[in-house]
Amino acid sequence: MTTRVLGVEGLRLARGSREILRGVDLQVVPGELVALMGLSGSGKTTILRAVAGLEPFGGGRIDVDGHVLAPDASEHAELHRKVGMVFQFHCLWEHLSAAENICLAPVHVYRVPLSQALARARELLAELGVAHREGALPRELSGGEAQRVAIARALAADPKLLLMDEPTASLDPARRGELGNTLRELVATGRSLLLTSHDDDFVRDFATRVVVLADGLVVEQGDPQTVLTAPSHEATRRLLDLKASAAPVAVKR
Amino acid sequence: MFRVCLAAAAIWGVAVVSVSAQPPVLRWGGDAEGGAPFVEADANDPTILRGFDVEIAELLARAIGRPARFTQAAFTALDQSVKRGDFDLALSGLEDSPAKRAELGVSVPYYAFGEVLTVRQGDRDRFRSLEDLRGRKVATLGATLAWELLTAAERDHGIQAVSYDDDVHPYSDLLLGRVDAVLLDNVLADRGMQRQAGLVTHPDAVATGYYVVLMAKEQTALRDEVNAALREAMRDGRLEALFRKWRVWNDDQPPMYAQVLAGADTLLRAADGTGIVRPDAWTLTTRYLPALARAAVITLVLSCAAMLLAVGLGGAIAIGRVYGSVWARAVLTTYVEVVRGTPVLLQLFVLYYGLASVVRLPPFVAALLGLGLNYAAYESEIYRAALEAVPKGQLEAARTLGFSAWQTLRLIRGPQAFRYALAPMTNDFVALLKDSSLVSVLTVVELTKQTQIFASNLGTWAIPGALCAAMYLAMSWPLARLAGRLERRWAAPTP
Repeated sequence: MTTRVLGVEGLRLARGSREILRGVDLQVVPGELVALMGLSGSGKTTILRAVAGLEPFGGGRIDVDGHVLAPDASEHAELHRKVGMVFQFHCLWEHLSAAENICLAPVHVYRVPLSQALARARELLAELGVAHREGALPRELSGGEAQRVAIARALAADPKLLLMDEPTASLDPARRGELGNTLRELVATGRSLLLTSHDDDFVRDFATRVVVLADGLVVEQGDPQTVLTAPSHEATRRLLDLKASAAPVAVKR
Repeated sequence: MFRVCLAAAAIWGVAVVSVSAQPPVLRWGGDAEGGAPFVEADANDPTILRGFDVEIAELLARAIGRPARFTQAAFTALDQSVKRGDFDLALSGLEDSPAKRAELGVSVPYYAFGEVLTVRQGDRDRFRSLEDLRGRKVATLGATLAWELLTAAERDHGIQAVSYDDDVHPYSDLLLGRVDAVLLDNVLADRGMQRQAGLVTHPDAVATGYYVVLMAKEQTALRDEVNAALREAMRDGRLEALFRKWRVWNDDQPPMYAQVLAGADTLLRAADGTGIVRPDAWTLTTRYLPALARAAVITLVLSCAAMLLAVGLGGAIAIGRVYGSVWARAVLTTYVEVVRGTPVLLQLFVLYYGLASVVRLPPFVAALLGLGLNYAAYESEIYRAALEAVPKGQLEAARTLGFSAWQTLRLIRGPQAFRYALAPMTNDFVALLKDSSLVSVLTVVELTKQTQIFASNLGTWAIPGALCAAMYLAMSWPLARLAGRLERRWAAPTP
């Protein structure tokens, strides 16, 4: 219990009259790479946003490394050191170079001296394989490069938990493999990762656990090999069927 | 069918006959805004005009045998309008001048006026002449004989000439203490004294001038007819009766009439004693260049200061409208809509004249505030749109990294919004540069006003207009270049 990095208990969240999360329970322990799967609208991204402190929630409890979140998504100075988030479209700050994007929070939020922050930024960029792009502006980066810079930015304050929304969505198969290996290395150094994905191959190859969501509830979870090969819940089967029937179309094109 | 055609032909024939039987109308132009006793719209029926210039126009039309028709034109544009043929004659207390004689057809003088000095009653003995007013402000209408006299007195007696666009505010500002004397012709001075109690006019004229009728230069036949009609009316006493009716008749008129009836076409030579040897355009231009350059500096300094105010205040309004409470947003939105929805000229008037009883702002300060407050409303809309244009995802990314709202604005949202706002801002600055010409109503002599003064002295707009345009361009061009360069540097050269 005390060793978990993330605990979500009975999380409920509604937007207007629409219930998006209806009592989600979820845990992540150190060194895990957990994948959230589910059809669009099942609430995957909303969970990430709630954990990151971006969404107020109506009921339940979220704690990150011992810090309990306020339900109104108010100020979380302590939370932001513990959680980093990588958005699906990266959301890099367009007016700053890659290195400046990474240094900005350490320098202005955590008052780290610039030289020290810059050294750490270069270290992270090297670790993620994009050291040569430190001076580039976001618009000059490829999709894969921008994603790595966004990961570096999220890791700059050294959070225990990294959240990633659809990291494989815009990557070709080769880049997807590279990203999987990189994420494996990240969790190997003691960090934990919670990501959303539509890509069952990626989840099978790289996740340590998969959590399947349907209609705002967790319906199934466990070892990806087991869950995705022999699903026990109808929603998981539907998810895999859709993928299988969509595949030939993709090949034809 | 035949009968119908016949009827139509008959009607057409009658129409042709009636049109050709009617002599062409005599169009005359004046400025009803100038008011009594020159040209004034009747208070009960604004379509009816009254005033001695109206009666003189009718007298001329009768003598020439053409029906008179009035055309409204701005006082400062009357000479240019008559020159291009908008109407045949211009009358509105127009002064005779060598410049007008060079460019236009000018009648014999019909009224001799004195430029007289009006002061506050308490200063009656202290300020008796322009020499007494060293270091003091003296007001008059810009681009007139009185303005020329005052600019000469600036050199000779160290006074400070203040230019107004109308003849009402010089007297009200005299009473308020914004100026210490007003130099205008005796007709305007009488009117000013009637409106404002507590003023006194010294009877001795500083100089004499003459009202004349203006025509296009090539209208020599019309000019001869007008001159004959005026001389006839002087001889038979109709002109005197007319001026007596309007209470502007005085002892200066009979000697002037005598000279005109003796054959003089103009009395300008006799008036100032220096003769009507007019300096050529080149000499006048070189003489006016320093004044134009000074006016250009005023325009530039005023525009830059007003823009600075507009940018600062506009930024604050935009931030208030994006981040503020419901109440703050309502107040700021109201400010923006009211300021954008009313003319800047009206705002300048309210600020300078309307609030004079509460706070007496110096002209330059009122001009700066007026333009700055007005443009702040426009700037705030640009900045608000620019702030909204920064993608929400970037702001959420900042939130997850622990930035406060203020830090996000300062480090992430603001700098990007500034880049979006740069092009429309440059546009607004260039517009402001030109809008600054409106502040001449607050007695600030900026580039356009100085150009107008120059043009009236030269009698043509060609050279002053070209110089003025070149100076505005010289001010806005480098700025547009700088903004363009910054934009190119920030624009997206995607790989």
